Amino acid sequence: MDEPLNLVLFSGTDDKLQAAAVLTAGAAALGKPVNIFLQYWALEAFRADRIGQDHGLAPEAGLAGRVAVDALAAAGQAPWSETLRQAKDLGAVDIQACSLSMDLLQLESTDLDPLVDGVEGVTAFYLNAGEGQLVFI
Amino acid sequence: MPTTEITTTVDAKGLSCPMPIVRTAQAMKPLPSGVLVEVLATDPGSVKDFAASCRSTGNELIEQSVDGPVYRFIIRRK
Repeated sequence: MDEPLNLVLFSGTDDKLQAAAVLTAGAAALGKPVNIFLQYWALEAFRADRIGQDHGLAPEAGLAGRVAVDALAAAGQAPWSETLRQAKDLGAVDIQACSLSMDLLQLESTDLDPLVDGVEGVTAFYLNAGEGQLVFI
Repeated sequence: MPTTEITTTVDAKGLSCPMPIVRTAQAMKPLPSGVLVEVLATDPGSVKDFAASCRSTGNELIEQSVDGPVYRFIIRRK
């Protein structure tokens, strides 16, 4: 269990971020370290001024998917940002912004929600990833 | 002599995956080794999840039962 789970988050829609938050919280509950690398639209969703907003769903969700996701939220499912916060309280979860994506989106680290621990390049991410599994979402 | 008294109950009824496991891990973190924790959940996935999490964390799944929609687990902290 010592090798970390490594998640590269690319998509910025709420359904994909929720799926990533569930994977993260589950791993944290098992005591497995998690490294998260935020790229492109996922990084944009972590902007302090936008993290609580509606980020939409992946195109395949369609109207029925929207209804299903809303029903789960109405039944009490926490937003993905809250699930990630709990995962960070529970275990070793490190969330890093991709420095290239920071340039692309013209962001400073002060623009990001405190859930994000720092900014790093892909090489640092690979070094921390070790021999652990890597998942791209 | 291991304790047989349940010291903490985690009410995870109505919570979807992975929150029953997350709430249980949060509740167990400050507890001393050997104590018994009762978990109540309605997520059907929690049956396999608690079996798997106990295998990987070293906590012991002492007992599991189901009463209508509610699953009950008794777990001994490692």
